[in-house]
Amino acid sequence: MISIENVSKWYGQFQVLNACSTAVRKGEVVVVCGPSGSGKSTLIKTVNGLEAFQQGEIRIGGTSVDAPNTDLSKLRSHVGMVFQHFELFPHLSILDNLTLAQLKVLGRNKDEAADKGLRLLERVGLKAHAGKFPIQLSGGQQQRVAIARSLAMDPVAMLFDEPTSALDPEMINEVLDVMVELAQEGMTMMCVTHEMGFAKKVAHRVIFMDHGQIVEDERKDEFFANPKSERARDFLAKILH
Amino acid sequence: MNDFTIWDMAQGLLLSARWTVLLSLIAFVGGGLVGGLLLVLRLSAGAKVQAMIRLYSEIFQGTPLLMQLFLGFFGLPMLGIEVSPWLAASVTLTLYTGAYLVDIWRGCVEAIPRGQWQAAASLGMSHGQQLRLVIWPQAMRIATAPTVGFLVQVVKSTALASIIGFTELTKAGSMLTNAVFQPFIIYSMVAALYFAMCFPLTWYSRVLERKQGLALKR
Repeated sequence: MISIENVSKWYGQFQVLNACSTAVRKGEVVVVCGPSGSGKSTLIKTVNGLEAFQQGEIRIGGTSVDAPNTDLSKLRSHVGMVFQHFELFPHLSILDNLTLAQLKVLGRNKDEAADKGLRLLERVGLKAHAGKFPIQLSGGQQQRVAIARSLAMDPVAMLFDEPTSALDPEMINEVLDVMVELAQEGMTMMCVTHEMGFAKKVAHRVIFMDHGQIVEDERKDEFFANPKSERARDFLAKILH
Repeated sequence: MNDFTIWDMAQGLLLSARWTVLLSLIAFVGGGLVGGLLLVLRLSAGAKVQAMIRLYSEIFQGTPLLMQLFLGFFGLPMLGIEVSPWLAASVTLTLYTGAYLVDIWRGCVEAIPRGQWQAAASLGMSHGQQLRLVIWPQAMRIATAPTVGFLVQVVKSTALASIIGFTELTKAGSMLTNAVFQPFIIYSMVAALYFAMCFPLTWYSRVLERKQGLALKR
């Protein structure tokens, strides 16, 4: 579904991604972790072309992300992305947040889009808030809306960029629950997160990054039971308390 | 000569204030269109076009409006283009207003977090859609107060058009003074008329600022 081959990226002299290669198969859940500044957020943003890269190739369902003849907007419309800071559109109501791209990008009609939006809001438990504005919701609620907004586009895969790290602790689980449910339904997911409980529960594989490199790319059990690199052992020791 | 009553003078000034209002409106609308068009170009065109737009706004912001009016009114005829004071004043003020508005609005667009562009892009919106549907509606809220504030400057700046022979409020005031020799009364009335045009705008911009302050506090 998603293949990342030998991807490198520089900011001027500084190399943020160093020959990263991995793949996410259909229905697979891959968790990307690593210390801050390791390049994991940059990597996930290269997948849908939000960050450019200078070397290598990324393909989604066979379509190259940075080929000149690729319709990047169209490609992105099939790949959901959830951001650390939610990035709901503050000038629109919750329901309008969910329908905007359905109407303007997918060309669905108003009823269809609203219908879909309300069903997804119900699914994340926020149907009662459809008429409110983002600022009126808590962080956890906003992030659930953001997930629903992505799902409204019927994505073939979902990318999560630290979806819970801007949340107060008591709100983390309500977001993780939605993600777990998605994973269990077979959604293809790539998640940058420090939530190792989530990784243990639903991930198939765990990728560990450091200094722009993919240091480990292992099956989940293997990674937690038996991390190969010193750096991953250190990281796990710190994060698992 | 001295049989002009105060009312006669006020009437003459009021009539000429129409031209100040009209010139201001032309500058608002024309400058708004120029500013808006250049804003879109600045946000989406290549580096060369962007540099040219920057140069344009630097030149108009870095030279006195009076010089721009002189160049428009006396300079264009030297190139073989005849211009009336009307045309010279309208075009110059439009370009002057546009040069400021494009910068004010660009600042407002840049104040919107990059994540909003990214979120819109990740939903498959084109660059134009991101700007039009997501960024601009948010930027507009921040832009209203400084825009209105700048328009007050424009209203006052139209006084300079009197120097190239455009008969608006200030010009009418000095013509009247030459006729009746009562500069204090006449220029007081001229100032009062400018105030009457500008005050509603500044008041409105303050209301908007307060509203925006509340919205941010929320």
